[in-house]
Amino acid sequence: MNAKTPCSTPSSTCCGCAVSQDGSDVSRREALKLVSLGSLSAIPFMSSPAMGQSAPLLLVDADAEQDFKPLRPADLALGKPLLVFPFDTQTGAPKNESRLNKMVVIRLTEDQMAADTKARSASGVLAYSGICTHQGCEVKTWMAKESVLACYCHASKFALLDSAKVVSGPAPKPLPAFALKLEGEFLAVVPSSPANQGA
Amino acid sequence: MSHMLKKLSIAVIGACAIMAHADSKLGPYAPVTDARLTNPEPSNWLMYRGNYQGWGYSSLEKINTGNVKNLSLAWSFSTGVTEGHQAPPIVNNGYMYVTTPNAQVIALNAVTGEELWRYKKEIPADLLMLHNTNRGVALYGDKVYVGTVDSHLIALDAKTGKVVWDATVGDVKALSYITLAPLAAKGKILVGSSGGETGMRGFVAAFDANTGKEAWRTYTTAAPGEPGGDTWPAGDAYKNGGGSIWITGTYDPASNIAYWGTGNPAPWPTEGRPGDNLYTTSTIALDVDTGKIKGHHQYHYNDAWDWDEVSAPVLIDTEINGRKVKGAVHAGRNGYLWMLERQSSGKIDFVNGISYVYNDVIKGLDKKTGRPSYDMTKKPGMGKPVNFCPSLWGGKDWPPESWSPKTKLFYIPANNHLCSELPAADPTAYKKGDLYIGYPIDGVLGSLRYQGGKKPASIGELQAWNLDTGKMAWSYKYDRAIWAPLLTTGGNLLFTGGTNDRVFRAFDATNGKVLWKYNMPSGVTAVPSSFEVNGEQYIAVQAGWGIDAERMQAGINTLDNTKTAVPQGGTVMVFKLNK
Repeated sequence: MNAKTPCSTPSSTCCGCAVSQDGSDVSRREALKLVSLGSLSAIPFMSSPAMGQSAPLLLVDADAEQDFKPLRPADLALGKPLLVFPFDTQTGAPKNESRLNKMVVIRLTEDQMAADTKARSASGVLAYSGICTHQGCEVKTWMAKESVLACYCHASKFALLDSAKVVSGPAPKPLPAFALKLEGEFLAVVPSSPANQGA
Repeated sequence: MSHMLKKLSIAVIGACAIMAHADSKLGPYAPVTDARLTNPEPSNWLMYRGNYQGWGYSSLEKINTGNVKNLSLAWSFSTGVTEGHQAPPIVNNGYMYVTTPNAQVIALNAVTGEELWRYKKEIPADLLMLHNTNRGVALYGDKVYVGTVDSHLIALDAKTGKVVWDATVGDVKALSYITLAPLAAKGKILVGSSGGETGMRGFVAAFDANTGKEAWRTYTTAAPGEPGGDTWPAGDAYKNGGGSIWITGTYDPASNIAYWGTGNPAPWPTEGRPGDNLYTTSTIALDVDTGKIKGHHQYHYNDAWDWDEVSAPVLIDTEINGRKVKGAVHAGRNGYLWMLERQSSGKIDFVNGISYVYNDVIKGLDKKTGRPSYDMTKKPGMGKPVNFCPSLWGGKDWPPESWSPKTKLFYIPANNHLCSELPAADPTAYKKGDLYIGYPIDGVLGSLRYQGGKKPASIGELQAWNLDTGKMAWSYKYDRAIWAPLLTTGGNLLFTGGTNDRVFRAFDATNGKVLWKYNMPSGVTAVPSSFEVNGEQYIAVQAGWGIDAERMQAGINTLDNTKTAVPQGGTVMVFKLNK
């Protein structure tokens, strides 16, 4: 991953960037704490994890209002981004208290990914914060020709195949990245790993 | 230097310092009354466009065509905020008020730039901000009023910046937000809601200036049973039908009528909303006491092009076609210069309409009503991509025009030869808190095109029109786009920025010759103003690029395969003559 990308898993210290009232970037730490494994590490998945292990964190469609279905890679069409919420398997509810918890997932061709990006993918699926680091708009527009995810509000473009680096536009930094793995057939966020700890 | 001379020098320097201090010392705050707003002193800039009529004109003439070459920076002040700064410095007897993105209000000493106080609105952390800009304050009594991006109207003490009252205007969860400078008139503070791309139902609302209590609210999309209600299909389309209010209304104190420009209907594709969709893309005449709609003129019906007609018409009593009329003049986003006549009843009559940029959608206007006829092959919607001109941003977007009673010319900051190509529409159901546009977003982001597919020699055009003859007196052409709010002055000058080269220019208002220019810290898309303190005239404007100017630049970068990026950061820049 890009070493300057502050975090790539929703660890207990995961951070992001929102915008302060003076228009400058500030930590979105508080909001993203909602998806932090600090609160999720106790969530069991199917069965309680062994002592010291974190429960996997699944993903559900952010538009789902009931009947939450954890996502599998095959649920994602190639090149079609989807906004998702982390799913609390213990309560059976998405962590949707704040829209800042939204992540964007997209299935892309693995051999086009930078090595560190590919390392974070699972079955070609990548996950990033779904909230633009500029003014907090939701980013969900894949522009295939340019291989970028674009923010509608102010046209920032992020190279998802390469750690969501900013290609153009006013966004000051990449979208925070999350590492994925498969938990059975479902997509799950990798629990905190040293390389991906947020600042 | 002799001892005596040194003493003398020190004495002189000391005297100058004392004088400067005395000159820059602020007196008691002068309350802003209806009488002052109706007839603003030339030395002050008391509202968004300087007067109720929306002229953007200062009669001050100490800075003029003969000496503007000596204009130099008096002081500057960094706002500490990035993004698009669009508000004019509003000045009352040496007290200056500017706003920044996210609705900060900064009070400054207009002579020295000393910060007197700053108000920062606490913005919800999870607010989605499509346009986080702010276009200025209103002054009334001893208070300063600001509308906020999270849809509040806030009254501040003009001397201290302390909050006097805070009224909720719209539903922030539905992405209602305020970008305009409020309009103060007859004891009321009037604001409107942005949000045409979020399915907001547009409205103008009035609040008691002293208490913040809501007096009335008038929606800009007509409900069933209301006049105009039959221009919407049966059902709920009007409830999320757009018609946003982005820009401050103009006001005729004699008739007590305020005129507002309304935004596009929502969503953009028209298939779900057949009909004229009143009162979108119109000007509406509202009784300031009651909010009742007393008249309207719809510039184009059943909009499909995102041609918000956001600017309020400029109220000009002048001759048009040889006849003296109480005019309401508007350079439309649809590319037509509209000359309307306002009646004391509120009724608005069509007088004349002239295409001022290349337009391949409107084939002509009805001579009596001004109703346009369309080339329907140029109407985007479901089923096929459509290319049309002018672009989504129109011949002129929000940057205000200016009227100089001295030159009797009407000035337009236009963009010509720009078009858009929208893909086939892909409408979705309204969802509270989400965008409600109806086109694939990548198609919208990549929609900008050049006329004929070839980069034109010029895009931006500063145009000066003789309203009487309907002829263009002069134009100044730029090799790039402009987002250029205008200021004209009694010194026969026209000031504006608006370009990605960060240059702020002064033109001879009679012939368009560039007489002065200054390289600013960032691009200037803000409204300039002029004022006088202690007999000295100043020109003031904020630098600070962002928002739609940046979006258009992104589109041009795609077309030209360039990476032009304009530095951001707000700075208040104040100029005066070198002595």
